[in-house]
Amino acid sequence: MRLLRLIPDDTSFPFMKFRPFAFGLSALISIATIVGFLTIGLNIGIDFKGGTLVELQAKQGNANIGELRTRLQGANVGDVQLQEFGGPNLVMVRYGEQPGGEPGQQAALRRVRALIDADYEVRRTEVVGPTVSSELVQMSVIGVILSILAVLVYLWFRFEWQFAVAAMIATLHDVTAIMAFYIFTQADFDITSIASVLTIIGYSLNDTVVVFDRIREMLRKHKKLPVAELLDVAINSTLSRTTITATTTFLALLGLFFFGGEVIQGFTASMLVGVIIGTYSSIFIAAPILIYLGLRQGGFGTVRAEAEDGEGAAAAKAKA
Amino acid sequence: MLSFTRWKATLILVAVFATMLLAAPNVMPQSWVDKLPRAMRTHMTLGLDLQGGVHLMLQVDSDEVRRSMLENLRDDVRRVLRDNRLQVQNLGFQGNAVVARLREGQNGDLALTELRKIPQLIGGAFSTSGQYDFEVSRSGDSFTVTATDAGIRDKISRAVTQSIEVVRRRIDQLGTTEPVIQRQGIDRILLQVPGERDPQRLKTIIGQTAKLEFRMVDQSVTAEQALAGRPPADSVILYEEVKEGNRVVQQVPYVIQRRVIVSGEELVDAQAAFNAQQAEWVVNFRFNSSGGRKFAQATTENVNRPFAIILDNKVVSAPVIREPILGGSGQISGRFTAESSANLALLLRAGALPAPLTVVEERTVGASLGQDSITSGTRAAIIGSIFVLIYIFATYGLFGLFANIAVIVNVVMMFGLLSLIGATLTLPGIAGIVLTVGMAVDSNVLIFERIREEVRSGRSVIASIDGGFTKAMGTIMDANITQLITCVILFYLGTGPVKGFALTLGLGIITTMFTAITFTRYLVVIWLRVFKPARVPM
Repeated sequence: MRLLRLIPDDTSFPFMKFRPFAFGLSALISIATIVGFLTIGLNIGIDFKGGTLVELQAKQGNANIGELRTRLQGANVGDVQLQEFGGPNLVMVRYGEQPGGEPGQQAALRRVRALIDADYEVRRTEVVGPTVSSELVQMSVIGVILSILAVLVYLWFRFEWQFAVAAMIATLHDVTAIMAFYIFTQADFDITSIASVLTIIGYSLNDTVVVFDRIREMLRKHKKLPVAELLDVAINSTLSRTTITATTTFLALLGLFFFGGEVIQGFTASMLVGVIIGTYSSIFIAAPILIYLGLRQGGFGTVRAEAEDGEGAAAAKAKA
Repeated sequence: MLSFTRWKATLILVAVFATMLLAAPNVMPQSWVDKLPRAMRTHMTLGLDLQGGVHLMLQVDSDEVRRSMLENLRDDVRRVLRDNRLQVQNLGFQGNAVVARLREGQNGDLALTELRKIPQLIGGAFSTSGQYDFEVSRSGDSFTVTATDAGIRDKISRAVTQSIEVVRRRIDQLGTTEPVIQRQGIDRILLQVPGERDPQRLKTIIGQTAKLEFRMVDQSVTAEQALAGRPPADSVILYEEVKEGNRVVQQVPYVIQRRVIVSGEELVDAQAAFNAQQAEWVVNFRFNSSGGRKFAQATTENVNRPFAIILDNKVVSAPVIREPILGGSGQISGRFTAESSANLALLLRAGALPAPLTVVEERTVGASLGQDSITSGTRAAIIGSIFVLIYIFATYGLFGLFANIAVIVNVVMMFGLLSLIGATLTLPGIAGIVLTVGMAVDSNVLIFERIREEVRSGRSVIASIDGGFTKAMGTIMDANITQLITCVILFYLGTGPVKGFALTLGLGIITTMFTAITFTRYLVVIWLRVFKPARVPM
């Protein structure tokens, strides 16, 4: 039987040569993220800003969004967003936080339901009050920071500090890039997005650690190889594994994306993008950063590697 | 290292078999499950997003708890001073304290000694906390009794515990199956009612404090006089709401004495009934013996005077006592409908909440959406897994088959463990399982790629396979532990569905390490033994 090989054996791509481009690209994405964040902003879901979401199903025929919009003006809940959601008979209704604290939210929902109950079945409602939403924001930020720190500490113990720092920078890069996805697609950013960001962090770190493991092994084995070359060899020898794992994860996610229903589509979409980002950052961000962190200080290859560093860093700066 | 001792092999098979048994009840028909011994009926519960239902996050009004704590404290201070014939110039609140100022020439030392009897040890007389709920201090003629932070916290904590009990009793009366009622954080209660369609019905039932009191109407002044000036010191103005539908059309004021004759705590039963004579809905109630005695005494002393039935500080009705009520039972009337009288009876039976509850988060999922999610989730899981299995087989051939068997065993083990802890399966949880399938093969991929490298460097079949497993081990550990760390954090910080996702993903990582390191290796070793291959087929 002939077996499938996406990556041929014994590749020798000069990954480190591409690092100025990679750093440039990532710098560009990061700048775009910051600019996008300040100008367009995230499409923050009700989990984080409070508000109400109601999913409706027309009892007969298709939903008439235009008519529904006029009808809901009578509910007096301010700006109402309506959108088809997964089928012509399904509508997602969203509106912001209402005045009057927690009881105000409840009263508004009652007014909305009274207007639509005759023609639409309510499939799902979510009301998040002001106190809960601010706590969720706090919790999410703590979660992301805590997981990055915890992993940093673990890597510091298991490897050397350079690896921990490089992994942390790569992780920050992943978080930024995933934010770019949320900003430019305007996909809902809610509590499941945090789950997806943390999963992507987990996946990317997993990938990075596999590459780092090999680098560490090579460092012990080839004491005279310049660092940049050594990184190339390490990445090439794990390349087959990297692509196979990325492919299986991607395939599993594709199944979820196409067949898992509307409710988790946003969640899986961001993770599909995340798998690509995570794979990219392990090879093009985490590994090359090691060059600049003075890996193998005092070893024989350091001098040559650092001479090359000067050029690389200058090029990266010029590009950024 | 490619040999397995007999006991190790047995252990692996036992572990796999045991988790299969644990997972089995999930897919059995209910009639089979019923025949199993109780301990073997392990299964996962479907989350609200899959079976439909209502999720409410309730918050105990801690301000109200603090306020009523201070009001009780003021009453205590007043009683203590009065019992000792100490004359008070004024008595009022100041932050979390009650301040009493004695008239000149009163015995201050006596007041201090007596007031110092108010504070109690938090957690009861045998508590070792050493903290008191109140502190007493004196400056001249002025005495301050302050509620300590620990005391307020303790009071709120007890109010939450009590509220959980009351909420449970009320929800149980609805006859719903397996509601979840849990404390969340300091002052929150999570209420999940699977299968419930109408969140409004739940909110009506838990949204009311249902504090019932019987108090006398103060006839020394009329309501108009009291409204114009001030009500007498021992009385307050309370209103009766006259409603049309849900709208309050009129508020009738009453002057009501502060002293409570009997309260709802002394009720033993309450039932809605239709009073045919008056042609209206009423609630019949019965007091316990001490309540009955107090009520009998009060009605005997106050014939021809009105008393008020007060629910949550609103007057329900204020009938005139025609004759002493001695039997310990009575009737509440007050413009009820069939539904509102049934609700009130239910609330009175379940008891009053110590403080109002507000809904701070509400999520409901209709049964049809839940069913859709189960269908699409299962379909996605199967299709995604088939993609992965085909791809792995195409990449590694026979070894891919080993990996695939390991992946399937891995999923079964996950289901077994999730059933063992009675976890809740949510839609993101299913996503976590599918994602695990995608990532579970990673450990096998790491091993297989290593084996191929060893083969290419010209080693023998046995040496390559052995080397592959040994060298990949450290990488597998490091890679999975970092990922596990993020899962653990997600689990602790997440709520509801997100927690379910973190749980399945985390358990998946653990079972993956087991299946890849031991189970796949076991399969490979058997293959080596039986076929004694001359080359590695990948």
